[in-house]
Amino acid sequence: MTPGSPTESGRRRRSTARHAAVLLGGAVFVMWAVATLTFFAIRLIPGDPAQAILGGPGSQASQEALDLVREEYGLDQPLVVQYLAMLGRLLTGDLGSSYALRMPVAELLADQVGGTLLLAALSLALAWVLALGLSLWSTGRGRIAAAVGEGIELTAAALPHFWLAAVLIAVFATGLGWFPPVATGTPSGLVLPVVTLAVPLAGFLAQVMRESLLDALQQPFVVSAQARGESTAGIRLRHTIRHAALPGISLSGWALGWLLSGAVVVETIFAMPGLGRTLLQAVTLRDIPVVIGVVLFVALVYVVMTVITDLVARIADPRLRQEAAR
Amino acid sequence: MSELELRQTTVVSAAEHEAARPARRLPRVGTLLAVAFTAFLAVAAFAPGLVETHPPNAISAAEAFQPPSPAHWFGTDESGRDLYSRVVAGTGTSLLIGVTATFIGLVLGAVLGVLASFGGRVADFGVSRLVEVLFAFPGLLLALLVIVVAGPGPVTATIAVGLSTAPGYARIIRGQLVAIRSAPFVESARVLGHAPRRILVRHILPNALVPLLVLATLGVGQAIVWASALSYLGLGAQPPAAEWGAMLAAGRTYLATAWWMTVFPGLMIVGTTVATTVLGRALTRRDREVR
Amino acid sequence: MTSRSDATGADPVSDVPPLLDVAGLRVAFGGREVVHGVSLRIMPGECVAIVGESGSGKSVTARSLLGLAGRGSSTSVDRLEVLGRDLAGAGEREWRGVRGRSIGLILQDALVSLDPLRPVGREIEDALRIHERMAPAARRAHAVDLLDRVGMPDPAVAAGRRSGELSGGLRQRALIASALALDPPILIADEPTTALDVTVQARILGLLGEIRSRGTGILLISHDLAVVAGLADRILVMRDGQVVEEGPAGRVLRAPREADTRALIAAVPTDRPRGERLGISAPDAEPEAGAAGRVEASGPLGDATAVDAATPPVLRLDRLTKTFPVPGGRFAAVDDVSLDVRRGETLGLVGESGSGKTTVARLALALTAPDSGAVLLDGKPWSSAPERERRPMRRRIGAVYQDALSSFDPRWPVRGILDDAVRTVRPGAGRREREQRITALLDQVGLAASVAPRRPLTLSGGQRQRVAIARALAAAPDVLVCDEPVSALDVTIQAQILDLLDDLQRHDGLALLFISHDLGVIRHMSDRVAVMRAGRLVETGPAEDVFGSPRHPYTVQLVADAPRLAA
Repeated sequence: MTPGSPTESGRRRRSTARHAAVLLGGAVFVMWAVATLTFFAIRLIPGDPAQAILGGPGSQASQEALDLVREEYGLDQPLVVQYLAMLGRLLTGDLGSSYALRMPVAELLADQVGGTLLLAALSLALAWVLALGLSLWSTGRGRIAAAVGEGIELTAAALPHFWLAAVLIAVFATGLGWFPPVATGTPSGLVLPVVTLAVPLAGFLAQVMRESLLDALQQPFVVSAQARGESTAGIRLRHTIRHAALPGISLSGWALGWLLSGAVVVETIFAMPGLGRTLLQAVTLRDIPVVIGVVLFVALVYVVMTVITDLVARIADPRLRQEAAR
Repeated sequence: MSELELRQTTVVSAAEHEAARPARRLPRVGTLLAVAFTAFLAVAAFAPGLVETHPPNAISAAEAFQPPSPAHWFGTDESGRDLYSRVVAGTGTSLLIGVTATFIGLVLGAVLGVLASFGGRVADFGVSRLVEVLFAFPGLLLALLVIVVAGPGPVTATIAVGLSTAPGYARIIRGQLVAIRSAPFVESARVLGHAPRRILVRHILPNALVPLLVLATLGVGQAIVWASALSYLGLGAQPPAAEWGAMLAAGRTYLATAWWMTVFPGLMIVGTTVATTVLGRALTRRDREVR
Repeated sequence: MTSRSDATGADPVSDVPPLLDVAGLRVAFGGREVVHGVSLRIMPGECVAIVGESGSGKSVTARSLLGLAGRGSSTSVDRLEVLGRDLAGAGEREWRGVRGRSIGLILQDALVSLDPLRPVGREIEDALRIHERMAPAARRAHAVDLLDRVGMPDPAVAAGRRSGELSGGLRQRALIASALALDPPILIADEPTTALDVTVQARILGLLGEIRSRGTGILLISHDLAVVAGLADRILVMRDGQVVEEGPAGRVLRAPREADTRALIAAVPTDRPRGERLGISAPDAEPEAGAAGRVEASGPLGDATAVDAATPPVLRLDRLTKTFPVPGGRFAAVDDVSLDVRRGETLGLVGESGSGKTTVARLALALTAPDSGAVLLDGKPWSSAPERERRPMRRRIGAVYQDALSSFDPRWPVRGILDDAVRTVRPGAGRREREQRITALLDQVGLAASVAPRRPLTLSGGQRQRVAIARALAAAPDVLVCDEPVSALDVTIQAQILDLLDDLQRHDGLALLFISHDLGVIRHMSDRVAVMRAGRLVETGPAEDVFGSPRHPYTVQLVADAPRLAA
């Protein structure tokens, strides 16, 4: 078949469209399953939810108050009705009200989302830069550079957020006084939290990128490029860096989810307002609607990001398109 | 992808790159250090008395907040307790939590993985979807959800970490079993006329075992980090306990004045994770070289 | 393909200066010398070929002519002149000016020799960008023009494709275009057609012939004398890093002076009648091979086995069809294929990649079930029987694959692999008896008993294939299905394995279903031949007839395109 026939390019476009449809369908399914799973998991909690709303088992709530709360939250309805009502509310973006704060969860989240997403995005970008730099530096430069690179990656990937944050605070905030120990809302207050989240992630990404770089450097196309007169720097710039970046792209969905989970710890330590700290407070207080709201939101971000990275990876790597067609 | 899968794939590919290089007679320095550190952990866990320098719970107000010194290697805490001895005393608890959580995750993951790879198309589809859904609770989120349901505490934290790592195990184990099952050497055994049970016992299981060991090794490191994160957040082991995460949480208040209370328990966690990764890699490399 | 008489074997005595002149090239890796003083010169419009087996140092030689011997290598030369320019002791900077501009390089498979992530047009433009100041638009136009010159259909569109999106032949053309971008006077082609089907190979060799006729000097590296025979003016035979013989192509092929060259020529199965031995007993060919080919070691193998067409077939494939789902329908990998294999006979199944040969093998082995049709083993149902009933009968049909290594359990030594097979026939046998049987099997395939404790990874390719054959023989099967059993082997090792299979057939009356893409191998091995294309049989008949007077146009094409020694 001639490579450029219009039918073929049409088929390719259709195959990509079909793939996108499949991904989207999968995403909707995952979101539904996450909501369902969360809903029924919450029902496993021992004790009376109405009691929890009114301040936990310790509070001396009257029977009337309990009844009132049951009616208000629909807790007197059969489970199926409650479940369907929950799904219906979700479709309209209604996440219920916080038990503790007595305000709609959606509003609560809207206030907190920006800070957390900014934190995660900055950390992801920094991690990418660190990982790409480290992996490019440590490959094709002999044994010592490789060993140093490996050591840094391994250690970085092993650093727990809570400890790294504490050490960074001890050194750069209380010790050197370069940055504030708690997030102040200024750019300099963001530095330590971003570094805390980025360094371990960079360790993971760099490992993957370096392996992929090593593989790429052994491929015959590198010899072909050299035989054309390409310089070492040219080969890195025009060839191997793409191969190193590919796994980084496909990992970005995972990475964002991982960062959002890490935000729980980091926001708590740096006393930053955000989803993570809200979630931890809700978990401690057993503020169920808030927990569900944050979990659903994080799942949504993760699922959307997975779809995006999958599509981007397919655009960047034609081999994936062919595998899917096979 | 899960953190565990990431750790596993990087360890395997790194080991393959290493195995491809010309073999060296001497084991690598890193591997030796990792083995030494693990041996120390084992002693600290099973016979802490051998390596403790002070009674771990001996309070001495006069010696509070001492920086590291020859008398107190890691310094002392707010009650004058020797931090090194407390770190040693906490090894058992921390490792127990890590190993138990790994065991829970591995067993659940193995059940799901075997079901998916041997249970036919429907089971495979169901398990794969379930794993996908569970991946939508990234990192600690699933563990936090479990804690909301079951309440905080060291036991639930352990179970929570185990549960939240299970989907990662499931997918890796499924992938490995599927790969081995369709490997040419398994087909060759079929061509020879061997019965499925014999092929399973003689070919598939032995080839799945070493990767599983590597997985468990890596998993312990990860589980310790996660469990101590929960402790640090006040959802796992609580401060009086000599668990590493709880010790870190206790040190948090004194970070500005007594940095050693934070640094040393954390170093143990980092060391354990690095050591398990290095061991996992060495194990994989040995396995590749044997083949 | 260009025909060529002996006289044109360009004589270096002429006044024209050589394009490339190397003397005393030595290359060492970490103190171990792998190329020991190679000298060669290439004249304008001349094709010099270096032929040798893997590990002979031919590729390293070729690459060091570009200063690309590889990481950790050290190179020394007495003389190295490219287009009259002295490059002995040239630095990396100077080399970069030579690469692509004075010398172009073509490697084996463009799927991996061109960056799979970049459009081929960009790869071609790279050479222009590096060496010339040129506007991007002009570069792009030039790249399309180059693709057109190497015979790429629809070059403007193809320039935007990545190597993985082009067929094997087309992407090899793109690779050639990238090497020709600056019209280098010298082209080095390292196994340029090895991964390609014969018809595609013929076209690529034809293209190289055209390039040579325009005055480009070509250095052609190959393990296959037959490939080289049609194109080369001079041939250098390499072994263990040394040139063992050198001369005009016709003379080297017709009257080889050295034993190594003779062995290489003798090992080429093309045009060698069935039953004739290919291996010249080279005692050091495979040191650990033990009593190599000891079954009936001397002389021709006697008359080709006469197989009575009336004897019932051991294996019968009856109107087999097998389809696989693809987006938008089903793809018929095997379409209405019927074949018979009789006792003591070899049925050769030949076809290009993707023709469905391997699916036929899997159907014959009942590893996959046909959509329709049936496989009969000894007249009894085979493909339709339930696996439980099939299992005890499996010992009657054995298999040998291309990649022997992956067919062995990576944890087991040779002894374990063979023991596993022996147990299927003698489940009650004691340890001693099985051990004796293993030694006998090893002996039968020409391996020493000392191989038993070793792991397959530490064996050579030929030894692994022998172990695979021994495993297949353990159950004393009636039929052996061989799927590309020698495709991954060097030609002299291939010759040994083919001889071994021949011996075994003669000895045990085995029926062979022999599958290969290599017409020479098929012709040498087969009593009857079936030609497969796109899932269908296009021609079946006695080997003599199919190759001597092919009827189907596709077979005619195949036979015409197959490279052969006597041009």
